Amino acid sequence: MKASLEPSRLAPADMMRASLIGLRTRRLRSILSGLGIVIGIAAMVGVLGLSESSKSELLAQLDQLGTNMLRIEAGSGIGIGTGELPEDSTVMVSRVGPVEQVASISETGASVYRTDLVPEGQTGGITVKAVDANLLATLQGRMESGIFLDEAATDLPVVVLGAVAAERLGVTDGAGGTVVWLGDDWFSVVGVMDTLDLSPDLDRAALVSYSTADEFLDHGGVPSTIYVRSDPDNIDVVRSVLPATVNPESPDEVEVTRPSDALEAKEAADQAFTNLLLGLGAVALLVGGVGIANVMVISVLERRGEIGLRRALGATKGHISIQFLGESLILATLGGLGGVALGGAVTAVYAWSQGWDVLIPTVAIVGGMAAALIIGVIAGLYPAMRAARVSPTEALRTL
Amino acid sequence: MSPAASLSAPATAAPADERTVLALSNVTKTYPGTPPVHAIRGVDLDIRSGELVAIVGPSGSGKSTLLHVIGTLDRATSGTVSVAGYDVDDLNDKQLSSLRSRHIGFVFQQFFLLAGETALDNVADGLLYTGMPLSRRRVLAEHALDQVGLAHRTSHEATKLSGGERQRVAIARALIGSPDIILADEPTGNLDSKSGEDVVRLIESLNADGTTIVVITHDHQIASRFPRRVSLLDGEIVEDIRIAVSGDPR
Ligand SMILES: Nc1ncnc2c1ncn2[C@@H]1O[C@H](COP(=O)(O)OP(=O)(O)O)[C@@H](O)[C@H]1O
Ligand SMILES: [Mg+2]
Repeated sequence: MKASLEPSRLAPADMMRASLIGLRTRRLRSILSGLGIVIGIAAMVGVLGLSESSKSELLAQLDQLGTNMLRIEAGSGIGIGTGELPEDSTVMVSRVGPVEQVASISETGASVYRTDLVPEGQTGGITVKAVDANLLATLQGRMESGIFLDEAATDLPVVVLGAVAAERLGVTDGAGGTVVWLGDDWFSVVGVMDTLDLSPDLDRAALVSYSTADEFLDHGGVPSTIYVRSDPDNIDVVRSVLPATVNPESPDEVEVTRPSDALEAKEAADQAFTNLLLGLGAVALLVGGVGIANVMVISVLERRGEIGLRRALGATKGHISIQFLGESLILATLGGLGGVALGGAVTAVYAWSQGWDVLIPTVAIVGGMAAALIIGVIAGLYPAMRAARVSPTEALRTL
Repeated sequence: MSPAASLSAPATAAPADERTVLALSNVTKTYPGTPPVHAIRGVDLDIRSGELVAIVGPSGSGKSTLLHVIGTLDRATSGTVSVAGYDVDDLNDKQLSSLRSRHIGFVFQQFFLLAGETALDNVADGLLYTGMPLSRRRVLAEHALDQVGLAHRTSHEATKLSGGERQRVAIARALIGSPDIILADEPTGNLDSKSGEDVVRLIESLNADGTTIVVITHDHQIASRFPRRVSLLDGEIVEDIRIAVSGDPR
């Protein structure tokens, strides 16, 4: 007998070229079938990138605002529910050890108008509150223009406006000396605050000092809300003792909240939405995989002649199946790359438009590519098997 | 040296130093079904190195089936087949693929050229499954294209050439690895008579240079020009004649 035959071999570079033939000769179809993967991966990368970028934005925000602030309000509770806290609350709270800053707010019940000609009642939702002069510092808020009450003469008719209130009253410059009609007097606007993320109700308020309220509005100064800055390490202790400190007789009527919790809750809600979108991305990916498999099965049927020829040229069944598997893998890889690029671009553009840091997590890129490859293999398996099973003699008889 | 030396003598005596490249002994091929189709029935055939053989017969006589069995694309139902000294029965499917990649060249009526590839690369594909790197295959392909008279078509897209040129590219692809035998199934079947004539002349000249070629055809006129003619009818060889071509020293 003759020397044993060396097995058929296909050089790796040739394997690659063979797998690219289908993509080169059926370009449009390949692009369309890869589009599902592009969309699926782009959705996943974009969603992960945006949620990461917005999360980093939120963390920066929380960092800036601090998580050590507590808000005390009169609960609507079981008791009489006056909406007011005991008169000496502020003093009592400031005696709690770890409390660093205390500032109170009191509802004056007065209204503010652009001029004295505006009909009564058309307040535009703006309330007038008497506040402690250190409120802005306690809230770590900033002025957009002008000065806060701590720098102004506190018993004159001066007012500081929240951002929304200023807009509604047509005040563009807090330092411009604009006057508004407040209660029964003309008040000078001395400042406009930036928006306050942790206490948005103040954005729609006009703030005066307690002494001004006493003088011009005849307002006594019973607090309705108290903001507390605590030593961050003891915030839970402070929170637990505050109700009894404020109202020893009925602590149930005192409500203590932590405004930063609201931001965190919003983030949790965003997370749920992110998961939903991720799920949709996964579905798109699955549909993309089915699309590739479908196109590949059709391609195998159309390319029976080529398969027959390759078998005649010495291809084994393994060579044929690896060629079609390779084609599916290449399609999915290109789809994955396109998806990562598109998802990254969407994230970058959106984050940029929001002024956020662009953060595309590595796990999204690596995970997206891995998902594409896995889909490519799974989608290619069946068509590759079909291709290997094509009978060469029957394939060569077709014309 | 000759692995098939023990086989029965061919129809006409040939010099002993000429190697047997193909030996079929009592080969049958039956396609299962109701009723089963006996496409090949008890075929004995010996082809020696350097021969140019026409297998001729009407449509349905079993020519393509015979070519597939000879080309190891299909296995005989019974009988023995030996190609290039290898007994096909002893080889598994992978080894048969290997045998085809190195020892057998195919030419088909439908050309089967790959779209989107140049003539050169289509020819280079003739050695694709030997694992030889593309750069070397391209060098050999250039030579093969030259042999079929298409040196000037090297970088043209193969499927955009004329019919005759396409078939010559396919012949170059079969030729590139200098196989022991080239099997051509109706190579002129899709060509006009002028291109067909060119292809037949090319086959004759390649044979004159020493290539062993089996041409399947239903065209008696073409078959009658070849030095050996095997006639097939209903799966059986009814005639196997060698003609002394004028000027042939044999
Ligand atoms: N796969 C198959 N299954 C059943 N019968 C077949 C098959 N292939 C070919 N045949 C039959 O075998 C006979 C020989 O066919 P073929 O070899 O193609 O003849 P030719 O090439 O001479 O026209 C025909 O009757 C044909 O119908
Ligand atoms: Mg036929």
